[in-house]
Amino acid sequence: MTASPSISIAIIGSGGSGALTTVNFLLEVASSAGWHGLFTRTLGPQIRGGEAAGLLRLAVHPVDCPPDQFDLIIGIDWLNAHRFGAEIKAGPKTLVISDPRGGEPPPMVTQSGAHVVEIPMKEMAKSISGGRPNMIALGIASRLLGFTVEQMLAPIAKQLSGKGAAAIEASRAGIKAGFAAAAGIKLDVKLAAPSPSDARRWLLSGNEATALGAIRGGVRFAAAYPITPATEILEWLSPSLAKVGGILLQAEDELAAINMIIGSSYGGTPALTATSGPGLSLMIEAIGLATASEIPIVVVDVMRGGPSTGIPTKSEQTDLNIAIYGLHGDAPHLVLAPQSVADCLFTTQWATYLAEALQTPAIVLSDQFMGQARAAIERPADVAFIGARAVATDMSSAYKRYALAPGGVSAMAIPGTPGGQYTADGLTHSEFGIPTSSAADHLAQLDKRRDKLERFNYGDHWASIEGSGELALITWGSLTGAAREAVGRAAADGVDVRVIAPRLLAPVQPERLAAALDGVKRILVVEQTHSGQFHRYLRAHYDLPAPVRAFHRPGPLPITAGEIHRAIMDWR
Amino acid sequence: MSSVTTRLACKPGDYKSDLKPIWCPGCGDYHVLMSFTRAFAKLGLPPEQITVVSGIGCSSRIPAYTSCYGFHGVHGRSLALAAGLKVTRPDLTVVVASGDGDGYSIGGNHFLHACRRNIDMTYVVMDNRIYGMTKGQPSPTTEPEFDTALTPGGTGVAPFHPLVVALASGANFIARCFSGQPNETADVLVEAIKHPGFSFVEILSPCVTFRPDEQDWKEQVRPAPVAATNDQGKAARRLMTDDGFNLGILYRGNRAPFQPAIGVSSIDLSELEKDFEL
Amino acid sequence: MSKPPTAPKVSSLNDLLAAAWLIESDAVDRYNLLADQMETHNNPELVKVFRDLARAEGIHGEEIRRLAGDFDVVGYARQTARIENIGLPAEVEIDSAHYLMTPWHALQMSLAGEKRALAYFTHIAETATDPKVKAMAMELMEEEVEHVNLVNRLLHRYPQPDDSWADDPDPPASPE
Repeated sequence: MTASPSISIAIIGSGGSGALTTVNFLLEVASSAGWHGLFTRTLGPQIRGGEAAGLLRLAVHPVDCPPDQFDLIIGIDWLNAHRFGAEIKAGPKTLVISDPRGGEPPPMVTQSGAHVVEIPMKEMAKSISGGRPNMIALGIASRLLGFTVEQMLAPIAKQLSGKGAAAIEASRAGIKAGFAAAAGIKLDVKLAAPSPSDARRWLLSGNEATALGAIRGGVRFAAAYPITPATEILEWLSPSLAKVGGILLQAEDELAAINMIIGSSYGGTPALTATSGPGLSLMIEAIGLATASEIPIVVVDVMRGGPSTGIPTKSEQTDLNIAIYGLHGDAPHLVLAPQSVADCLFTTQWATYLAEALQTPAIVLSDQFMGQARAAIERPADVAFIGARAVATDMSSAYKRYALAPGGVSAMAIPGTPGGQYTADGLTHSEFGIPTSSAADHLAQLDKRRDKLERFNYGDHWASIEGSGELALITWGSLTGAAREAVGRAAADGVDVRVIAPRLLAPVQPERLAAALDGVKRILVVEQTHSGQFHRYLRAHYDLPAPVRAFHRPGPLPITAGEIHRAIMDWR
Repeated sequence: MSSVTTRLACKPGDYKSDLKPIWCPGCGDYHVLMSFTRAFAKLGLPPEQITVVSGIGCSSRIPAYTSCYGFHGVHGRSLALAAGLKVTRPDLTVVVASGDGDGYSIGGNHFLHACRRNIDMTYVVMDNRIYGMTKGQPSPTTEPEFDTALTPGGTGVAPFHPLVVALASGANFIARCFSGQPNETADVLVEAIKHPGFSFVEILSPCVTFRPDEQDWKEQVRPAPVAATNDQGKAARRLMTDDGFNLGILYRGNRAPFQPAIGVSSIDLSELEKDFEL
Repeated sequence: MSKPPTAPKVSSLNDLLAAAWLIESDAVDRYNLLADQMETHNNPELVKVFRDLARAEGIHGEEIRRLAGDFDVVGYARQTARIENIGLPAEVEIDSAHYLMTPWHALQMSLAGEKRALAYFTHIAETATDPKVKAMAMELMEEEVEHVNLVNRLLHRYPQPDDSWADDPDPPASPE
């Protein structure tokens, strides 16, 4: 048996089996013990009672992408589990624990050469008063992963504290029974011990991290219209904003939500809304209004499979085009993309800061994969980006809301300020904000809005850049983690690859990318779209100094490090 | 209305900007602007404490013609924008200006929900039963037989009844005015602004260019024969049965306005992290 | 949903047979719907229970056709089924379905339906003036007594589950 830096577990069972809760317990325990982890879910289309699989990857390093293959799969039952066949890969080294009364294991198990061990989890649970099969599964997983029964009980006791001692006792008995049943069963992989660390540890989803980043950046108002997979951002913000003196207002639709945040920000309160592709489509017109009237707002788009209703519960990177090019007219604005669960916090905070500083809309392109994944991470470092817009206070001379100031940013009068009265307008306007169709005013204000974005110094946060090989891998968003891991494997194969992942997608940074690409001989573009949106975007805006290959495919299956590794090795 | 220091010195002219309206001579909206400035002066509100929010259309040009803060946003969404402003800035007096196309057609859904939400603001719809800015297409309040280039021979579709919709949706104050009576309209606006919650004021405002027939409105309007009621049942009957020309305050409800607590921070930001700590 | 067991009104033997056939065929539809729901929601044990119940009701329907002899009860029932007949006395209460329901719950559903049917035919047997209607109602009543007894016997095999039967530690999914 070898010690591996990471290990992957899938627990499968249909509604009521508690498969997801079980995986969450494993993540909590592993995280408390010092490992990093990433927990994603894959679910059937039912709201209740559907087939569900909890996918967990534990590692000694931060985990930002799915595994190529699972080391351990526990099927509490296999009802409709064939639907997960493409996502939950097994192989000859995989250990599968199957309940003989849980239906037939699907082809992904039976045809993989995996070693299948039958344990009657349902029967065992029945012999325990109040016993549940998922606790048996948890006991089995504990033993195979090297945890103790007592370690597992800590979070369970916390969660079940309201249900009384009998419920906790039933869980203990279940875990013990599962633990005992796993005696003598061998898992090929052993998870290496985590390196000791004093860092405080967090367990959160990308959507929660996004919401925290927004509040840290200064957001105090949110307008909400629910949509999968963005709703958790809004649900976390609602009580949290109230705690810090802010407000969340439920809107009647996305058209209202976007206009509500423009109203709030116009009144001086930094504001955000969160949505997904269909909602973003509805918001686009008003994002143009915020661009023209120079009102800072933050719009988070947690991307899902498109077009139209698409695949709401699965990830894609296909809203890049609409985020960058969706607005009518020449409408420069910010587009940013976080790169991991932890980075959702930083990028959203930075986006809020930039929106306020530049008095413009910021679209944050998160995605379903990192938005709904729960990650065990070390507490991210505090950053100093707190939104502060230029506010007009000196009204000694006639106030020009859209004054042509150097740098392009003009001080904004907040309603209530005597002498600062102006009408914010989507019509082309003069420096005073007065509607005009004069060619000179139109050009001057277009220049102003372009220049303020282009002349701003975004610093090193514009991209993650690592490595120095002659092959440059350019990717973005949640694929950055998989790309990083693929590059690590290529390095083990003796191939050096540099990774460039822009966090700031608009405005583009041609000089910075040129510097990052200095000396490369080949470029590999990696993205999760069908049409190669990111590849085309790079071609349109950047000078790519070497031959380019593009690896892109649509969702719903996440792109793995293994796929990217193959793309690298195919082009040495 | 928000409580602010009253400045008795304010004259209607103090609420007018230097910008000259582009409305057609003879347009009812000139009178509405007059009513706005007279109402603001009567209230004695400092102009910087008032924000006039609008969408798109002839009537939506009004914010820039006042000396108040203003927002001329996109078509149909003024109520939503105003909601975001008012809940975060309850100290401001928020007046929303719209027309029958902006407010009842493209913005119809927001109208329902603004009434229901009952945030303390005043919604003024200048109804001329036509799209004027786009040269005369039928709006939701246009008569079915009214002939237009877009709908030769008329729409054949019955008009929408905005006051009834407002009542059914929960508006807390409902009035109808005629633009040709700027003093009476100003008085109603004063009451509307002072009344807590969502106040809806429909102003019949003739379109001289595309609806010259509306010049007859001044002969048709009359003060409502009975006083305002706070009884929704009575109001419903009255609004359903009137001919659209009864003027005055027709309904005054007593629902408490919606205003979540704001600005009261109970914790340090770092405490939010506790949700995520193990 | 407690319908008075007196509707639908019957004024002839044909009406009574039609009502009886409608009760059975409605139950077939409802049990099959429930079985489909359980199939989608991964409760295979209940799929079997509801399919069995649907099959049993189908057999009862055939029984009614046999009792009707040469009379085309199905055609007549379809023709005369009016809006007031939709509230059949024995409707299976599909709104009490749950994705984690157990056979005990299904049998309780079934028992309630059979009891309502029994009460309905009993009422007709007691009040009918036409001797042929009365006799047929008696026969149908006896059938229903049999069904009630059968369900009660089955219930011995499936004791009532404890209060935790609907516990689901996992949250609902949000598919859209």
